Amino acid sequence: MQLIVDGKSHEVDVEEDMPLLWVLRDELGIKGVKYGCGVAACGACTVHIDGVAVRSCQTPVADVDGPVTTIEGLGQPEALHAVQEAWVEHQVAQCGYCQSGQIMQAASLLSEIKMPSDAEIDEAMSGNLCRCGTYPRIRAAVKTAAAKMQEA
Amino acid sequence: MGKVGKIARRTFLFGAVAVAGGVAFGVYKVRTPYENPLKDGLADGASTFNPWVVIDGEKITLITPHGDKGQGVAHAQATLIAEELDVEFGQFEIDFGKPDKAYWNRALAGDGAPFMATDESFTAEATRSFMGGMIKLLGMQITGGSTAMPDSYEKLREAGAVARETLKLAASNVSGVPVAQLKTANGAVQLPDGTELAYTALAGEAAKVEPVTEITLRNPSEWRLIGKPMQRLDMVAKSTGTLDYGIDVEVDGMVHAAVMCNPRQGGTLEGYDASEAESMRGVQKVVEVSGGVAVVADNTWRAIQAVQAIDFDWGAAPYPAEQDGHWAAIEASFNEDQLDKEWRNEGDVTAALAGGKAVDTAYRVPYVAHAPLEPLNATVLVEDDKVTVWTGHQIPRMLQDQVAKVTGHNSEQIELVNHFMGGSFGHRLEFKHVELAAEIANQMRGTPVKLTYSREEDFAHDFPRHIGLARGSGAVKDGKVTAMDLQVAMPSVVGSQMGRAGLNVPGPDMQIAAGAWNNPYGLENFRMRAYRVPELAPVSSWRSVGASAGGFFFDSLLDELIHEAGADPLEERIRLMQHDVSRKVLETVGEMSNWGSPLGPNKGRGVAFVESFGVPTAEVIEVTNTADGITIDKVWVAADVGTVIDPVNFENLVQGGVIFALGHAMNSEITYSDGMAQQANYWDAEGMRLKQCPEIMVRGLENSDQVRGIGEPPVPPAAPALANAIFAATGQRIRELPLYHHIDFA
Repeated sequence: MQLIVDGKSHEVDVEEDMPLLWVLRDELGIKGVKYGCGVAACGACTVHIDGVAVRSCQTPVADVDGPVTTIEGLGQPEALHAVQEAWVEHQVAQCGYCQSGQIMQAASLLSEIKMPSDAEIDEAMSGNLCRCGTYPRIRAAVKTAAAKMQEA
Repeated sequence: MGKVGKIARRTFLFGAVAVAGGVAFGVYKVRTPYENPLKDGLADGASTFNPWVVIDGEKITLITPHGDKGQGVAHAQATLIAEELDVEFGQFEIDFGKPDKAYWNRALAGDGAPFMATDESFTAEATRSFMGGMIKLLGMQITGGSTAMPDSYEKLREAGAVARETLKLAASNVSGVPVAQLKTANGAVQLPDGTELAYTALAGEAAKVEPVTEITLRNPSEWRLIGKPMQRLDMVAKSTGTLDYGIDVEVDGMVHAAVMCNPRQGGTLEGYDASEAESMRGVQKVVEVSGGVAVVADNTWRAIQAVQAIDFDWGAAPYPAEQDGHWAAIEASFNEDQLDKEWRNEGDVTAALAGGKAVDTAYRVPYVAHAPLEPLNATVLVEDDKVTVWTGHQIPRMLQDQVAKVTGHNSEQIELVNHFMGGSFGHRLEFKHVELAAEIANQMRGTPVKLTYSREEDFAHDFPRHIGLARGSGAVKDGKVTAMDLQVAMPSVVGSQMGRAGLNVPGPDMQIAAGAWNNPYGLENFRMRAYRVPELAPVSSWRSVGASAGGFFFDSLLDELIHEAGADPLEERIRLMQHDVSRKVLETVGEMSNWGSPLGPNKGRGVAFVESFGVPTAEVIEVTNTADGITIDKVWVAADVGTVIDPVNFENLVQGGVIFALGHAMNSEITYSDGMAQQANYWDAEGMRLKQCPEIMVRGLENSDQVRGIGEPPVPPAAPALANAIFAATGQRIRELPLYHHIDFA
């Protein structure tokens, strides 16, 4: 099976029903993608397929029909994506474990809706659980990221 | 306890401070070879000044031994050292260090214990209880109880100052310039002619001189870091997926394990059939562990799939199989034999109530899971003369002891590589998951084994926050609250938690009374009695521990009495408050929330105050009763921590604590049926979602002369403030958590 992840092509020999999450983490060593619940209830595993946010823990690898982008491909510490910049600016993270998924969800939202309303932000981000309770900062960071991306 | 006990304990404390290489009378103790763990294996030309600072020719490393669960203490500890050492972020690395007695937590003992300075009479008793329960038996290096900042605040600044002054002495030896003419900044000593000698270049010379022990800490007005908004050092890594948590550990030759233990916690494994699991792809081994079976495979998912394919025969639970049985045991515990301690008895409560009870009622709180987002995990390599453990943990030295018991090694042979934690809320004070990983690895010596709990296993084997029941009554007169009588019955969390580590904690468990006995009100007549329920389901410390329950009991009862008296909820609390710092907290939250201003229809406002971990915290919550249910609109929080180290992180932690508490108050609990937790994943105990999140306004006050931590104190007032607000909006008084049994949330 062939997968394109963060711009690189990989050949993987795994069960068709293995969730993309575990292919990324254990077969390809991309640990920025997190395991939280395994049932699409927390969003920690969120990646993009063709630019759209999906829960990789509930996506069988055989169903992946486009290039995959993970948090590690979105931007790097030396070259942050606008959403990541906003996350740093607002000092969003506490434990940080959910933030890969939060950021991927936010990036997907902003590629779909350039300047989301408060209600649209609330709706799009409510599938991503943060046990530390960083929601006020996530809201603020999404707005800042939207503004940054408009300027760019 | 009598006076002899007090004195003996204080003597012990003082001695322990000296042994740990700490500070006495403001002067740093001279290092001795056995005190500083960084001296072991120190390279030639490298210098270590104390257990927190090591510098070699290449780099500066600051040791931040308090575990970071997301509360930002890695950054905060580094800040305290850097403030005095004159290094900037980016100029040093941090390391959690190796478990060592030098890192013992002095804030858990004596003067650092979190109790009201104005209540000396019971402070001593509380301190003893706290020490007995935590210091002596939990072991000394521990991150918990919101103590990282009180423990570190002076100690780490002193560590930085000692290193700085020693580097200046080294620079003086090298340059011939007297120390008095030297300055420091940006990781270098500056000579009068402008020459800069980098600390790294001075490391070799510094290693030859004795650390300078006479130091003076800088005046807060000179601080360049503390108290200023900061960029946390872990923020970029946490925003780019590049920070490695325990679950991300990779070791050469590592295999992946999943486990399933009897979901009736503590029950036996009667039998199992693993034939299907053994034939599944990638499965390498099936091994028995205490109370269950583990599968070792070449991939986490394959291991989890395989362990779930095993047919198990489980034994019965060692506690009541049904939730009703747990409540019955608690109901039955309000009796003289089970009186753990009468914590307060002031005035004449019996006489005051004889005139007629204004309120006579009961409250209850459920078991709740910790469920941090990073599932429990540990990677263990067992070799004949050494064991290596990679995980994130809050009690490193006790972890060594527990692993040693499993593998038969000495504790000194257990190396812990501590990691940033993907949340904890008390979950990572526990040892069971690491013991299980060690059990598996011990059956595969030489092969590193990473054990990852599935979320379902994590829920099933969470040691939840204890359940509790309170009976409350009180009297009012002339528009004032005149008497309160509160009885609380709970299992002992300290007894349960320490029991699992094979330790027996004598004396009353203060966590049964926390949040209910120690609020510094001056009620004319006040009695608070704590009853100890025999252990039911195993329980553990959960963010704010006993105060998460006791605060709900105490403040809910007080609010009911104030309503009966016809008084204003905030004004009556202020009138009753006897502690200036706490009164200011209440006044501040009133001002912030514009308390008393008119609200629209279907809206309500509630206030609550709870002192926990030495931090008086008041919260006002505003709700609306909509057609879809209750919405939580706004929250205001005022808390006094003496000194706010980083205002940005402070605000984030307070907001997070409120959200954590409100989410659980709304909809989260663990209940048992057939001996098993009925909640298996986040669907069943969801907490708060972003769209439900209120605006949260935060103010950190600095009137107290004690520096305190803010990880836990925002939690206890949130649930009662919400219930009080719902009462104000709807007239419905809810006396049980989670609230969704009685009211809908939008």
